[in-house]
Amino acid sequence: MKENWRLTKNQDILHTRARMIYAIRDFFVKKNYLEVETPSMITAPIPEPHIDAISCGDLFLHTSPELCMKRLLAAGYPKIFQICKCFRAGERGAFHLPEFTMLEWYYRGMDYRMLMKECENLIISVAHNLGYGDAIHYQGNTLSLQKPWETISVRDAFACYAPMQMDEAVNEDLFDEMMVCHIEPHLGLEQPTFIYDYPVSGATLAKAKEEEPGIAERFELYMGGIEIANACSELTDMQEHHVRIEKVQKYRYSMNKPMYPISECFLRDIADMPEAAGIALGVDRLAMIFSNASVIDDVVAFTPELG
Amino acid sequence: MYSASDLKKGLSIKIDNEPYVVTEFNFVKPGKGQALYRSKLRNMITGAQFERTFRSVDTFEPADLREKKMQYLYKEEKKYCFMDNETYEQVFLTEEQVGEAKNFIIDNLEVEILFFEDRPLGVTLPNFVDLVVVEAEPWAKGDSVSGKTKPVILQTGYQIQVPPFVEEGEKIRVDTRSGEYLTRIKG
Repeated sequence: MKENWRLTKNQDILHTRARMIYAIRDFFVKKNYLEVETPSMITAPIPEPHIDAISCGDLFLHTSPELCMKRLLAAGYPKIFQICKCFRAGERGAFHLPEFTMLEWYYRGMDYRMLMKECENLIISVAHNLGYGDAIHYQGNTLSLQKPWETISVRDAFACYAPMQMDEAVNEDLFDEMMVCHIEPHLGLEQPTFIYDYPVSGATLAKAKEEEPGIAERFELYMGGIEIANACSELTDMQEHHVRIEKVQKYRYSMNKPMYPISECFLRDIADMPEAAGIALGVDRLAMIFSNASVIDDVVAFTPELG
Repeated sequence: MYSASDLKKGLSIKIDNEPYVVTEFNFVKPGKGQALYRSKLRNMITGAQFERTFRSVDTFEPADLREKKMQYLYKEEKKYCFMDNETYEQVFLTEEQVGEAKNFIIDNLEVEILFFEDRPLGVTLPNFVDLVVVEAEPWAKGDSVSGKTKPVILQTGYQIQVPPFVEEGEKIRVDTRSGEYLTRIKG
């Protein structure tokens, strides 16, 4: 039998990836989370300024399971998780696949600070399950998993690493460039890093801080300079949901981006949204960290180019 | 017209009226942020390299590059002169622009000159060029063990490894892409 090396060359990594996913499930099941499945085909994708959906007949492939999972949360499910494929148009790079695997979980009654702890616990538990000690080697860096992990506010990260302050970057419309070129490369090199308190403009469905309404209770987890997860205290205010979504719609329209319908079911159900925190974690990227892979291509059996 | 997402390694584009070639290209997207395209570019005129980060709304003109058949005439004061045999138009390239091609270029050779608009940027030689060996150790008979080579000097001053039976005054064919000996030319 002739070996097809393109499909077999990453076998070891695919084993690590599979074991990692068992370990993730194991963590959540032991903590009494309910594993849910929500539709991949939905009538209305999440309104985000910079995420484009792939249409599928009259429907869209979901860009994340956020809306359906929040409806479950609002309906009374207290702790839910899901591991599923998500789809985003035009995203392909060393850390991006247009079809990728997301882990998303929600916890009623938590805020984003508590969620950081849960996130630490998950990744340490998975690392131990995979046979790692208290450190991971990734691309020349040794990341200590010893708690507590590094935390830095976005404002402080700008002050430390960027040539301009956060507010200036927001006003000058250079926030993303500063993040990518000056800040991200420093994050999560010696231990995983939580970078938190983002400008509310980039966090559509995150709750704003009471004492500082321009800042959202949102964090990202970085390991080895790579963004692994995005989380927030969830917005619960019905009125604010309408305001935020309308703002995104206006932005997308002004940028000539595809327009999506607004999910009326979501807006109806969200009236009962409890205080909660939620997080989306890139499973492929976490697999990159645990298998010391430099590109996302190495942690999937098929890249889009392989068909 | 290209958009940022069309960029890829090797593509040439025009920025501020100068031609650039993309030497590195990465799609990045910070959490919830917009897609950015981190690129390294080389100015095809000055050779200067630099990094630029583009947004998906950025657009580029293709660089107006074309190749034209010309004949190499002579070198004078560190400049190489080429002529269009139909129009008799002459252009000059610097030593830097000619680069490695200097090892194989001989008078009257027909070559391709790369132009950006009216500006000559470089030269592409034919894949194979025949050159005269001007200096070689004589062939010591019995020294014909296969795989052995000796260094000789070509008419361009280029030193090349050839089989031991190649003698001074002979013509050999060279692959200009690899700079390697191919065969002896009889007559």
